[in-house]
Amino acid sequence: MIELYVLLAAMIVAALVAIEIKDLLAAAVALGIVGFSVAIMFILLQAPDLAIVQVVVETLTVVFFAAVILRTTNSDTTIAGRFRHELIFPTVMYVTFGLVFLVLVGRALAGLPEFGNPTMLVAREYIALGLERTGAANVVAAVILDFRGYDTLGEATVLFTAVIGVLTLMRRAGRRELTSENRN
Amino acid sequence: MRGMSPVVQVIARLLAGLLFLFGTYIVMHGHLTPGGGFAGGVLVAAAFILMSLAFGSVEHTERNSYTLSSVVESLGGVLFVCLALAGYVAVAYFFQNAATYGTGTPLKLISGGMILPANIAIGIKVGAGLFAVFLALGASRFVMKD
Amino acid sequence: MIPYFACILLVLIGLYAVVTKRNIVRIIIGFSLVEYAINLFFALVGFKREGIPPIITELGQSRSNFVDPLPQALVLTAIVIGLATTALMLALAMRIYEKYRTFDITEIRRLRG
Repeated sequence: MIELYVLLAAMIVAALVAIEIKDLLAAAVALGIVGFSVAIMFILLQAPDLAIVQVVVETLTVVFFAAVILRTTNSDTTIAGRFRHELIFPTVMYVTFGLVFLVLVGRALAGLPEFGNPTMLVAREYIALGLERTGAANVVAAVILDFRGYDTLGEATVLFTAVIGVLTLMRRAGRRELTSENRN
Repeated sequence: MRGMSPVVQVIARLLAGLLFLFGTYIVMHGHLTPGGGFAGGVLVAAAFILMSLAFGSVEHTERNSYTLSSVVESLGGVLFVCLALAGYVAVAYFFQNAATYGTGTPLKLISGGMILPANIAIGIKVGAGLFAVFLALGASRFVMKD
Repeated sequence: MIPYFACILLVLIGLYAVVTKRNIVRIIIGFSLVEYAINLFFALVGFKREGIPPIITELGQSRSNFVDPLPQALVLTAIVIGLATTALMLALAMRIYEKYRTFDITEIRRLRG
């Protein structure tokens, strides 16, 4: 499991790069490094379904970020060396929240089973009955489309809503500068 | 959006077909091997996005594919709900699978009842939806006027 | 326990970007980092040592060492939804840039007045 720890370290370094580097395009590429590390970790964690999805989705995420950044600007003017007074309040809030969060997470993780030894109270039944009840050899597919079909329906609705939101935001009709242009 | 160099275009033409084929394979075998509607749908969308990036497009074809992909996405969603409704109409419950469709022969392509057609519906929905999103975010007809 | 804490660290890094950065694209990157961390956390919780993927390859196969399929099923849909919501946030950022010609949220507040 040493490669898991190496990937986790690489992921944290890439995440720090992504939020601190000045060029936004470079930040998007660093986000891609985090995403592909997650994909490799899914393979190590015996989740090939998730690895396939994560590889393709990460590629498209970087494409979307690049499409937006190339059409707007890639220089981040807000990352400046000098100290800013507006940053005091968010930073104090963040540190306070982070400490409380860490205490709560420490307690919550104490209640979880040790890493690599899941309890699988619900999943035991899914694994035992998956093939017989649904006829699907892939237990994950049996869970998302048969045992928990309502969950997938809800997720499909969220996807539909997000796509409709993007199309509504980016459509040409109703844009002020374009209507004024037509008037000229 | 202008197209890219001939090298990119030749490679993209070779790869996009394979990518589309692999996407449909992943969708069709979602109940037997890793993958499924979500993974395969994103791959199909990636094939279209690759072609669109490599070859560019003119405004009227872009508008057609934009309208078409949003219609196809809605049809995929409707197909998924209809598959779930068939269980309610034919037997008793929404999302009734085995009693409505039968389970088929395990480990063969025709098995899993609703799971294969539902994967296809989700693949259509995800693929068309993401391609529409890409067209909206990156297409030339939205280029800003300075 | 160490992988769990690495995930929590990644969540905190993402939250740091969301809370203190002033560039909208940077804030979206922070949201994406939090999302990846949560997805990874689910996969870590379901992992079993010496486990194999939960896919039946032959009839009568022993299923006792499958990893937990439930977190994987929950995350599978969430990854694609994450891409769609990221695209929604990017579309919003693009419209904001179009109107104000900047990604800086303090500038946007000032220009609005």
